[in-house]
Amino acid sequence: MTRLDDTDRRLIAATQAGLPLVQAPYACIAADLGLTEAQVIDRLSQLQARGVIRRIALAPNHYALGMTANGMSVWDVEDKVAGTLGEMIGALDFVSHCYLRPRAPVWRYNLFAMLHGKSRTEVENKRTRIRALLGPACLADDILYSTRILKKTGLRLRDGQER
Amino acid sequence: MKNLRRHSLPPEALDTADRAILNTLQEGFPLTPRPFDDAGATLGLTGAQLITRLQRLREIGAITRFGPFFDAEAMGGAFCLCALSVPEPDFDRIAALVNAHAEVAHNYARDHALNMWFVLATPTPEGIARTAHRIEAETGLTVWQFPKLREFFIGFRVTA
Repeated sequence: MTRLDDTDRRLIAATQAGLPLVQAPYACIAADLGLTEAQVIDRLSQLQARGVIRRIALAPNHYALGMTANGMSVWDVEDKVAGTLGEMIGALDFVSHCYLRPRAPVWRYNLFAMLHGKSRTEVENKRTRIRALLGPACLADDILYSTRILKKTGLRLRDGQER
Repeated sequence: MKNLRRHSLPPEALDTADRAILNTLQEGFPLTPRPFDDAGATLGLTGAQLITRLQRLREIGAITRFGPFFDAEAMGGAFCLCALSVPEPDFDRIAALVNAHAEVAHNYARDHALNMWFVLATPTPEGIARTAHRIEAETGLTVWQFPKLREFFIGFRVTA
């Protein structure tokens, strides 16, 4: 866990909705926070070096770009190779999240990978590609399509407080 | 973001320069005093042209997010993916009980014996167990917890 000071939190609160679309966005944020542009740039690069910021970038809306089908693929692979195989799956350009999670008495799968495509057929083809990639190391797999969104709220800092 | 669409844009909504912007800025955005000028230079656009195009792309809902991506756990807080096996006739009642907790960040119905999947987000790790126990007491169902043991590097890119 990384310690954040008050200025870090204010900077996170000021940028978590996104960067302002102006010629000098960091100067604009600095003015709002009573900092200098150099301080904002320096803090953001430190937060990035510490892993609090993963990257500064644009995330296209994959639905708008035609990637409307998605499924949670789940894989039962031997524990001793799960790390290596997880790295391999995560690196694929159609996997948006990839995690190792514990099994449960009602649940045999330990690798989770979110798959995206333009159609369910395309998602299934990608699933087949992963199955081929894993080979005999994969003992079983399944895919769970979402049928309804029951609730969706952002994960955000509230009023600069950690949550 | 007000324009978070879940439907495709018509192909003619984006021209070549728009597509180049979407593809290139996924890789990163400069931390420099004039980042739009710098990013625009590699795309053959002025900073002002890039800003105008980004505004439009945001308006038509082609962009989900533009700026820093934070690691929620590095900022403090705990997260856990959980699942329930809900009897179908009871589904809506149980969904309402689960969703009533502010700690439930999102919740999806999925086609599986474990048919309700939600994420708990709490300020402390103890908060996860506490909330899961409350949901179990209220619903009479076992909350299966699937905390992340390891996260793998993600190469996800969308080609516009």
